[in-house]
Amino acid sequence: MAEAILEVRDLVKHYPLTRGILFKKHVGAVKAVDGVDVELFAGETLGIVGESGCGKSTLAKMLVHLERPTAGTIRYKGEDITTLSGRALKAVRRNIQMVFQDPYTSLNPRMTVGDIVGEPYEIHPEVAPKGSRRQKVQELLDVVGLNPEYINRYPHQFSGGQRQRIGIARGLALRPEVIVADEPVSALDVSVQAQVINLLDKLQSEFSLSYVFIAHDLSIVRHISDRVGVMYLGRIVEIGRDAEIYDHPTHPYTQALLSAVPVPDPQAREHRERIILTGDVPSPTNIPSGCRFRTRCWKAQERCAREVPLLAVPPHLESVEGPARHPSACHFAEEKHVVPSGPAAGDGGTGGAKSL
Amino acid sequence: MPATSYEAVMSAEPDTPGRLLDVRDLHVEFRTRDGVARAVNGVNYTVDAGETLAVLGESGSGKSVTAQAVMGILDMPPGRITGGEILFRGQDLLTMREDERRKIRGAGMAMIFQDALSSLNPVLSVGDQLGEMFVVHQGLSRKDAKARAVELMDRVRIPAAKERVGQYPHQFSGGMRQRIMIAMALSLEPDLIIADEPTTALDVTVQAQVMDLLAELQRELDMGLILITHDLGVVADVADKIAVMYAGRIVETAPVHDIYSAPAHPYTKGLLESIPRLDQKGQELYAIKGLPPNLMHIPPGCAFNPRCPMAQDVCRTDVPPLYEVNEQRGSACHFWEAAIHG
Repeated sequence: MAEAILEVRDLVKHYPLTRGILFKKHVGAVKAVDGVDVELFAGETLGIVGESGCGKSTLAKMLVHLERPTAGTIRYKGEDITTLSGRALKAVRRNIQMVFQDPYTSLNPRMTVGDIVGEPYEIHPEVAPKGSRRQKVQELLDVVGLNPEYINRYPHQFSGGQRQRIGIARGLALRPEVIVADEPVSALDVSVQAQVINLLDKLQSEFSLSYVFIAHDLSIVRHISDRVGVMYLGRIVEIGRDAEIYDHPTHPYTQALLSAVPVPDPQAREHRERIILTGDVPSPTNIPSGCRFRTRCWKAQERCAREVPLLAVPPHLESVEGPARHPSACHFAEEKHVVPSGPAAGDGGTGGAKSL
Repeated sequence: MPATSYEAVMSAEPDTPGRLLDVRDLHVEFRTRDGVARAVNGVNYTVDAGETLAVLGESGSGKSVTAQAVMGILDMPPGRITGGEILFRGQDLLTMREDERRKIRGAGMAMIFQDALSSLNPVLSVGDQLGEMFVVHQGLSRKDAKARAVELMDRVRIPAAKERVGQYPHQFSGGMRQRIMIAMALSLEPDLIIADEPTTALDVTVQAQVMDLLAELQRELDMGLILITHDLGVVADVADKIAVMYAGRIVETAPVHDIYSAPAHPYTKGLLESIPRLDQKGQELYAIKGLPPNLMHIPPGCAFNPRCPMAQDVCRTDVPPLYEVNEQRGSACHFWEAAIHG
């Protein structure tokens, strides 16, 4: 494959927990991200899925330098950008932009759409000279499917879907190479969600973008992603191409997650196997020893409490040819089919999948 | 003779055996500064004992407002019920005195809300909040009420119920809080439960746990369940029949198997086609064009006509009635035959 445009090695973000006001004593840490290795290749979409609290948003913020990692490195086209600051950081940031989750709170209500989408040019004036900015903003609005005449309107005059388009236009303003999108459609209604997903698809080929797409909705992630990483308690537990993860998952957590997704096909409900996990996700301040999933895993054995499983192709799957051979952080990784297949696409069947 | 007392309602025998709830031609509007928002415009549905009705719709479709009117917890003003009947066990709730209705809430019907954290009182222990039902409705002492609260927490499988009964809502996880909401709704063993997006705020693995619990308790107690949701997946998993709402009206109603295999309304069809699939990677998604209508300016004729790929002139002038597709199904589309076959 092409060279990695972003390369993340052993990335860690710990938020310290302190007690006392004057003499702050460290009493522990919230281990939001706890050793993530991942790379993003040019032109691809990397999906990151996981439940709330697994660290996926913290990872996104570190990728765009909104949070400083506690340890680890982020390389952009081979250059270490983890500790950059000042002018060098600014130059890199131009190429890595973000689209936020909530289109209601991520747009300043007192700024017009023109100001919001044009603000990146204030920070990076070299991209667009002053005189041409208005026209550039109007072009961007057109690209994301908004009427360019809306340039003087305020965010409250738009619907949720339109606001998310404004957020996307702002992310595109500097013609970045990478867009990190953190739950970009989860606040939108079903019928509007599809419009925004199609827009993201279209923009990717038009501007040859690479996406890091973070979401909790597994069906949407499959739809848009080339590769998918599954996160649990601050680590990626399984990663692979979309079919490898969805049709041939080998990590028990991925299997449980996929089997729990309600599928919009009432035929499937009688004869599908559901893995119902017991208990809740452990607190990120107190991560279990060994494999962090072992407290909820039905396969857990003594070895899981002792040895941290690494994210790599499991040794016993090394010799297997085919889609089960992909990195999975489990000592007892084993393929299991959990997603019921509905009617084939294109047969006129309307059984879509999943929700929202 | 209208039965107006709680006892009369709870002992009444409805005309159709097992029929718990019959909502007839319900209209609700909200008076706001900017005008009148017509949130519910003639909704009909029924729920029998042991049956699960899923009400599916996007935000602003009127699904929650209908439920609030049934429960009698609609904010009035600004809300106003401008027409229709809500028959619970054959008796009209809308003509009943407020103190009698209050007795029905909890014992006859109960509601589970979406956001457990904001629906629970943060300064009362969960034991006090669960026990309050018994103190108010059955006049139990606080001590007995607490014992009943522990039983309830056991029933919804909250581990270590005895130790946790004195804890406060913030000490519970999201899934556990939703279990407490379920326990509270179940406390007086009502005939009908209305669950308004009960798992929307939860993660998928926890959602599966909570939905399983709800279905099991429903079977055990033979309750009627109204499940309000926007999630087509959750509906397919648990519902017996579905009512799809759009702009305050039911546009399609059908048994769960039929609606997924052959939707009879272009809106339902569009919704099903616009969601990505878990089992394979799709092409471009079908997207319903445009936006849901503003409830202050609902388009004339069929409310869906500006977004509908099948719209004709008649759709812009005549409001489609709920046509009978077959005995169990209805579709509010002038061209339902084309929709179901095309």
